[in-house]
Amino acid sequence: MRLDVNGFLGAYPWRRVPGTSPEALLAAMDRTGIDTAWVTHLPSLFWRDPTEGNTWLYEAADAHERLEPVPCVHPALPHWEEALSDAATRGAPAVRCDPHHFGLAPVGDEMRVLAAACGAAKLPLLMTVRLEDARQRHPHDLVPELAAASVRALLRSDPDVRLVITHADRPFIEEVHWGSTAAEQARVWWDIAWIWGPPEDHLAHLIATVGVERFVFGTGQPLRIPENAVAKLDLLDLSQRDRAAIESGNVTQGVLG
Amino acid sequence: MLIDVHAHFFPERSARADWREYNASRLRAGERIGITVHLNSVLGTFGRSSPTYFPSPADVTYGNEWAFGLQREQPRRVRTYVCVNPNYPDHALAEIERGRAAGAVGIKLAASRRATDPLLDPICAAGARHGLPILHHIWQHRRRDWPGQEASDAAELCHLAARHPTVHFILAHIGGGGDWLHSLAVVSRHGNVLVDLSGSGVDGGMLEACLAAVGAERLLWGTDMTMETGWAKLRYLERLLPPEPLELIRWKNAARIFPPRSFPGD
Repeated sequence: MRLDVNGFLGAYPWRRVPGTSPEALLAAMDRTGIDTAWVTHLPSLFWRDPTEGNTWLYEAADAHERLEPVPCVHPALPHWEEALSDAATRGAPAVRCDPHHFGLAPVGDEMRVLAAACGAAKLPLLMTVRLEDARQRHPHDLVPELAAASVRALLRSDPDVRLVITHADRPFIEEVHWGSTAAEQARVWWDIAWIWGPPEDHLAHLIATVGVERFVFGTGQPLRIPENAVAKLDLLDLSQRDRAAIESGNVTQGVLG
Repeated sequence: MLIDVHAHFFPERSARADWREYNASRLRAGERIGITVHLNSVLGTFGRSSPTYFPSPADVTYGNEWAFGLQREQPRRVRTYVCVNPNYPDHALAEIERGRAAGAVGIKLAASRRATDPLLDPICAAGARHGLPILHHIWQHRRRDWPGQEASDAAELCHLAARHPTVHFILAHIGGGGDWLHSLAVVSRHGNVLVDLSGSGVDGGMLEACLAAVGAERLLWGTDMTMETGWAKLRYLERLLPPEPLELIRWKNAARIFPPRSFPGD
């Protein structure tokens, strides 16, 4: 079982990206042995009301059982609690709020309230550090990257909040992990999409130091080719048990447990 | 056969304390991926006693000497680009001659001097004279100066390539940061510039764009600092291409532009 927590559907505004339809994503999943993908409606991240894409997302997920919806919630909009409630009712595995994309202070009152509400609803909150390498972004794409300090602050803001952070690299993960208590560390999971393999061996190092239980399989597809996440696992000397934990067990027994 | 045209091994006197582990990891991952030959360049001491992209002549000599030693230690799987700093033209030319004698098969230009600068001409002339391709570090669409390097972009490299039409230039790491779409638009018109697929970038659509811009005939496979991204791109290409163009990218294009007998079975 291989579960991708970091998938998108729909067009990217800053460059042409092929394969953004549900059918194309499923074909890429077939190609790379991915059974299930958590997906967000990518254009929504750039809309004034990001929840406007959620209906389409739910319909797409309803039509394709291997796709699970991760809808957007914008805690500064008046209907945000309804969006969160819908997510719980529709069985979404997590909700998404990328504060910088939504124009929110990443640890401001709205985000703290959302974190607490997600904790109460037992819905993990998913956020990305970045969508693209800063060196290649469109000149008008000026959205700041999520800071490690923001993740630490959100973890501390509510004892029940669980975070899934995508596209973080080794320094970011280490800064949060070693800057948190054991109880806080246990409420955040990292996808492997942006962590380097050999010869730097960042992923191998993090598994050895931070612990295999903190990592989940994520690709960033179709913004990034999913072969990358599979290749970095294939380059690790992992037991079957640890590999299965990263590929799905840490989600089913940790994030959703 | 699979040739990695963009590899770095770190020398003992580098800024990395873990240089041994790093080098061993590259070789180990190479075995798993199926890399036949790692084409290595050593940029001086990689910042320990002079800047990585502005290595002093002494560091250039040290780094090259260490690289030649590695090639002697690993004669089946490591080949060498001789690294030069064009700000020291006599030293650069002497290093190229020394490199040829030691078995170097190409020249590495990092980011010590803009590609449009005439100081690069004698180096390229040496490359032409000896049939050595030149791997040139590139910042894809450099919009400004970046600290720590005098980087060039594809447009600047193509100026140089136009001045030296008999030399094969390798545009480094198309996935290594910056706007690769800009680079591809520029290089498509310059037949003596090949594109190295290395770099940490694995953007959806990038490989299709590379093929559309220059065709399989001008693509070279490589890894640079992240080997999993190289393997991922290779796996993607295996699904995208029939065997013949795939072989061009895996090794045949490299065998065509590097000197004869640079690689096993060549």
